[in-house]
Amino acid sequence: MKTIFEKSVAGREGCWPCEGLAEEAYIPTELLRDGDIGLPSASELDVVRHFTKLSQRNMGVDGNFYPLGSCTMKYNPKFTEVVAGLPGFTRLHPVLPQLQGAGGLCQGALEVMYETEHLLSEITGMHAYTLHPMAGAHGELTGVMLMAAYHKDRGNKKTKIIVPDSAHGTNPASAAIAGYDVVTVESVNGIVDPDALAAVLDDEVAGMMMTCPNTLGLFETHLPKIVKMLRKVDALLYYDGANLNAIMGKMRVGDVGFDIVHLNLHKTFATPHGGGGPGSGPVGVCEKLKQFLPISRVAKQEDGQFYLDYNHPKSIGYIAPFYGNFGVVLKAYAYILRLGGVGLTRATENAVLAANYMRKRLDGHLEVPYDRICMHEFVASAADQAKKGVRALDFAKALLDKGHHAPTIYFPLIVPESIMIEPTETENKETLDHFIDDLIEIAQLVDTNPEALQAAPVTLPVTRLDETKAARGMELTDDL
Amino acid sequence: MIPEDLLYAKSHEWVMVEGDIATVGITQFAQEQLGDLTFIELPEVGDAFEAGNEMGSVESVKAASEIYAPVTGEVIEVNEELEDAPEKVNEEPYGDGWLLKFKIKGEPEGLLDAEGYADAINAEAD
Repeated sequence: MKTIFEKSVAGREGCWPCEGLAEEAYIPTELLRDGDIGLPSASELDVVRHFTKLSQRNMGVDGNFYPLGSCTMKYNPKFTEVVAGLPGFTRLHPVLPQLQGAGGLCQGALEVMYETEHLLSEITGMHAYTLHPMAGAHGELTGVMLMAAYHKDRGNKKTKIIVPDSAHGTNPASAAIAGYDVVTVESVNGIVDPDALAAVLDDEVAGMMMTCPNTLGLFETHLPKIVKMLRKVDALLYYDGANLNAIMGKMRVGDVGFDIVHLNLHKTFATPHGGGGPGSGPVGVCEKLKQFLPISRVAKQEDGQFYLDYNHPKSIGYIAPFYGNFGVVLKAYAYILRLGGVGLTRATENAVLAANYMRKRLDGHLEVPYDRICMHEFVASAADQAKKGVRALDFAKALLDKGHHAPTIYFPLIVPESIMIEPTETENKETLDHFIDDLIEIAQLVDTNPEALQAAPVTLPVTRLDETKAARGMELTDDL
Repeated sequence: MIPEDLLYAKSHEWVMVEGDIATVGITQFAQEQLGDLTFIELPEVGDAFEAGNEMGSVESVKAASEIYAPVTGEVIEVNEELEDAPEKVNEEPYGDGWLLKFKIKGEPEGLLDAEGYADAINAEAD
């Protein structure tokens, strides 16, 4: 497919009636560009066809079922785009709330941040939030920095952070980047085992990072015991909110005893992600950690006015420019208000129901190693099929030919040939059935026509990619 | 499938001992599990390890995995060709895909023979 630049023919143009202010009205004349900017010339129809075709080559939630385990690729309702596109928000300058006397011009935006922090506190049972982290892993790093600040303040000598082998892959990375030694605790029967934890827990442990449900989609049933054990050595418990979609409205992590939590607004709260948009990883803390949160903090005066408060001497300081990805926060705020407490809880119930429905329908067709009631996702294994030459990768590619986005494969690492399926709450039963029917058909082909699976996909614009060559011979730049 | 004349660590490294020199690689089973390797990080000549220490890592299209020193000793030679051609480990794990050579200190301990390693793989598969 040619690029729009290659399709450009000098002199062709479209027309679009302008509304509102022209750029000239608010950009100083001396800052306006006077030369040609080299944009392609094309008619409106050329442009429409080009970008429509380009979008059709992409596989996204708007067009296809997207059961990418661990990623919560739920549908992103379009009304939140309308809210995020309101000119009262899009035309704000991020410096406004920091300018003397200009705070009054951005009260709405400050209120959105203030209210979102409080809604997230209510949903998770935490005491306070920062919205600054730009995505999940940034939230983790912020959380671990908060742990470090807490221990430093108390004069604790802590060098280690415990991460279960069923945790998210970014957890050990975040702990290591913050300067801690990472200690792995192995799962027993798919979850963290108190005895295994006791074997690695000592006074040098700063904290433990958990995902609940974990990456196997299993609920961690020993949480109360784990909380007690950690408190004994003054270690903090961190909740990786990547899987909040399984417990939202059902369990508040703060009530259970988690000290720090990060949420992925771009997952649980339905804002676009992956190729579709930036993330947002707010971090919530219990009361004793509030003083360490990053600055600035949005605060409310007695007269109801909102302002930015920088007066927090024990804060870990700045972790991001300005206030995080405000547009994402805005969409999440709209989503939370639209669904309300009842809606958020029903979303959770439907997500868990959909995953369990699919898991049961796979019975006898594909092995599910930890086969018990799961939460919002489950992990199947193609280990038996791999012995016949058809691996998880081939299943994933064959599903593309059937018009589905592939599930996550080869993660978590503790299940060989893993296929991790997360349907989310936004899919109807027909879609779930369609996917499972196709997956069963593929599993049956393993015996009758394995070659067809090994050759998949054959219906897409690009067929089987050479992943090895892509990784070995990386060329990340191009002479344009 | 599993060469009879080599010794094996449970962590899937093989060892060929000749006098006080040990050549080390990863096994056929390990390379199959990992899939096509894309990058191999090895220690430098002169680095010393105790048996069981982490000494490097291998990355494949699927995952990254640590490799462990199967013997105690000092690294005296590293297979430099793997830097540009990690696929050699996939193609000939027991031949041109060797990783490094150790000058070993003391007798190798705790290693399995071919039969013992075959049992270990089977146990892992179950």
